[in-house]
Formats: sequence, structure tokens, C-alpha cells
Amino acid sequence: MDNEKLKPILEALLSATDKPLAINFMFDLFSGDIDQPSKDDIRQALHELVEKYEGSGLELKQVASGFRFQIRADYETWVARLWDHKPPRYSRALLETVALIAYRQPITRGGIEDIRGVSVSTNIIKTLQEREWVKPLGHKDVPGKPTLYGTTKEFLDYFNLKSLNELPTLSEIKDLDQFHPELAFAEKSDVNAN
Amino acid sequence: MNDSTPSSSIDSSIKNVSISSSISSSIKNASIKNASNQSEMPFALVQGEPLTMIPQDLYIPPDALQVFLDAFEGPLDLLLYLIKRQNLDVLNIPIAMITKQYMEYIDLMDTMALELAAEYLVMAAMLAEIKSRMLLPRPDECADEDDPRAELIRRLQEYEQFKKAAEDMDALDRLERDIFLTNIEVPKFEVEMPLPDVRMNDLLMAFRDVVNRAEQYASHHVQREPLSVRERMVFVLETLSSDRFTSFLDFFDASEGRMGLVVSFLAILELLKESMIELVQSESYAPIYIKAI
Repeated sequence: MDNEKLKPILEALLSATDKPLAINFMFDLFSGDIDQPSKDDIRQALHELVEKYEGSGLELKQVASGFRFQIRADYETWVARLWDHKPPRYSRALLETVALIAYRQPITRGGIEDIRGVSVSTNIIKTLQEREWVKPLGHKDVPGKPTLYGTTKEFLDYFNLKSLNELPTLSEIKDLDQFHPELAFAEKSDVNAN
Repeated sequence: MNDSTPSSSIDSSIKNVSISSSISSSIKNASIKNASNQSEMPFALVQGEPLTMIPQDLYIPPDALQVFLDAFEGPLDLLLYLIKRQNLDVLNIPIAMITKQYMEYIDLMDTMALELAAEYLVMAAMLAEIKSRMLLPRPDECADEDDPRAELIRRLQEYEQFKKAAEDMDALDRLERDIFLTNIEVPKFEVEMPLPDVRMNDLLMAFRDVVNRAEQYASHHVQREPLSVRERMVFVLETLSSDRFTSFLDFFDASEGRMGLVVSFLAILELLKESMIELVQSESYAPIYIKAI
């Protein structure tokens, strides 16, 4: 199947659904066709489609689960006026918890609590699992067998990400040793040495 | 806690927050009340809104601070706030001062009857421990011992890192808020449903299965045997005579089948029970004879 024929088909498929479509999934849809396109053909056509929509209100975006058509974030102001409802806001506790799971997965509840310094409410874990952002990956082999949590593809889809690598980089942790000369003890030991 | 200057500065800063929030809430209340009392003379204008009566709630409500203190996501968050507010570096925090301020917040939470999470108290204990260790003289052989603040600093930095990460994540473009999915109406396609081919053989097999299944469901009609025990009892009595013995086996006709044999046996037992006949046997395994009484 030539590229010019394939592009509108993919365009139609991606427009007909609000779920991201994986390349493998689209490839399977062509199975049985005489001129079945290869995965590379599909990849190439998608790439050209992405370019085609540049500069328009729509964008073809690759997220974790595949490709999807979406409205560009630039037009959020106007699109949001179509509906009355306010976008959901997430509490700091929930965001901090999901951030820890995303950056430190697999992580146990105890691991999250160690860093946040407060206990993690069961509700937050429940909400995250209900939203399918977080899933149990297994159990840590320590007493109590605590559940290890990790993030899902749906989490990445929701945050418009292709992979965990696209998460904002963590801020740097400053090294205590660099500051050592300024510490009171260092001064004191200097005095002692003299 | 002898030094009162930092405490008073904290107190005043908190009060400022709470007072301003209570004023704004009282203004709201007043404007609501005002809506129903348009005719009264306003004695003041607040933000262009006429006030006709003194707000009832112009005082610091006891729970006003709760909003402020609830904003902290735990002791590390509170500590970070205290440090940042004074433009101090996390790596070089004056433990004594921070501990004092921290304890004042804890006391405040306590007097506000806030549910004081255990984590806050653990942190207070940790601060006190660090402070006391800093006061102790350090012998030279322990010179390379870690700074007592190291663990706290590590935790503060780690928490700050993820606090920032959560903020960054909140700023990411996300569905429902910044990004929307397209919503294109898919026309109702006429989908041709291919009808499956059925071979005659399959049809016959299916029919056979149905028949087999039907047989499983065949109902059984229980019919009463024409032989009745009462009838047989009459027959036995008629056959017997009181003068002579009749062989027990004479009453069993194999041609009647199992049912006939059982009926005869039951009839004899029944007669025996009613003491209408007499059974005689000369010795074990000898023939049994029946005689009417």
C-alpha cells in the first residue's frame, strides 16, 4: 500500500477513537489485506501526519500507549469554554505521592512515607489505582511483604508523555561536603588543631 | 525558649494571615446580609459595597489558623517553610533557631486543638536531639563523625526535591485541563455481518445432540403395580386352611417377578403380625409351613 493511500486511512482510524493507537495495533488492523503495509510504512506515514498537522489546532501526538489526535494545549483557553466543568485539581499530597512513585518506582508505601515525612493515606493510593495511574508491581521481600508500586501507561498518557524519560528532571541535591568548611564543627576542629 | 523575639515575629505574621482571612470572610458575610437589607443606610463602604450593620463575626475565629497550618504537608514541609522564609540555606541551618520556631508552631497547633500528627512530634524530638548533639564537645578522634544535621539535611533536600517534582508534574500539560481529545462523530457504518456456512453434517450432529438431550429430560411415569398387599393377604388367607399346613414357598410365583415376590412376602408378614396365620418350622433350614389359625 503506498504512502498516499495509507495516510488517510490512519488519519481516519486515529480520528475514530479517543484512545491512543499503538503501531502494532494498527498493523494488525491491516492483516489479511493484500497490500498490507509494513510497520515501517505505518511509522513513516504517522511521521508525515504529525508534520501535516503542525500549525493547526490539532496535533497528532505519540504518548506511552500509542498515537492519538488531541487539541493543542495552546488552545486550552477557548476549548475549555465549551464545557462548564472545571478541570480536576489534585492535592499536593496526591501529586507528591505520584511524583515519588513515578521517579522512584518500584517503591513501597513506607518508601514514600520516609521521604514525605508523613503517612500516606490509603485514599490517595486508592484514588491513584482507580485512576489507573498506579499499579502494584509485586511485593518487596522484607517482613510484611509490602506492595511495590509503579506507574502505568495511562499515567504517561494522561500527562502527555511518551516515556518516563520525558518527566521533568529532578532538581539537584546539593552535597553537604561542599559546605563543610562553613560548618561550625570544622571551624572548631581547626581551632583544636592549632 | 528564653528569647522571645523570633516567637513574636512568627505570632504576628500568623495573626496577619488569619486576620486578613477573617476580615475577608466577614466582608463576604456582610455583603450577603446586605443584599436582603437594601433599604437601610450604609454606614461604611468596603470595596465599593455598602455596609449597613457591623459584621457579627469580626474577631479571630479559633479555627482560622487551622487553614494556615493545614497547608503543610507534614513536618518536613513546615521546616522547609521556616528555612525558606528566612532565606537560609538548607545546608547550613541554624538548628537552635529553627528548633525554637518549629516548637512554637507545634505549641500553636496544640493549643488550636489540631489533631497533631505523630510525625510532627517525631521531628521535634529529632531537632532536639540534633541540637543537643551540637552542644556536646566532640573529641578529636571523632572529628570525622558526620555533622549531626547531615541526616536532617539529607531528608529536607530529598523532600524538597520531590516537592519540586510534584509542582513540575502539576505544570505538565495534561488531559482534561490543558489537552483535550478530539471528538469526531463516527458515522454509523453499515457493517455486513457474514453469515457462517453450515454443513449438513454439522446440522445433523446438532440435531442428534438435541435429541439426546431431550431424552435426558424424558419424564418417568410411576404407575402403581396392580398387585396390592391387601389383595394378596386375602388370597393367602383363602388358600390356607386351618386343618393342614401349606408350604411357605407355594405363595411365591416366580412369574410375577420381583414385585410379586415382595408383595407376597409383605402379605405374609402382615398376616403374621395381625396373628391371622401361624408359621411352623421343624428345625433350622427345614421347609416353612403356614397354617391358618
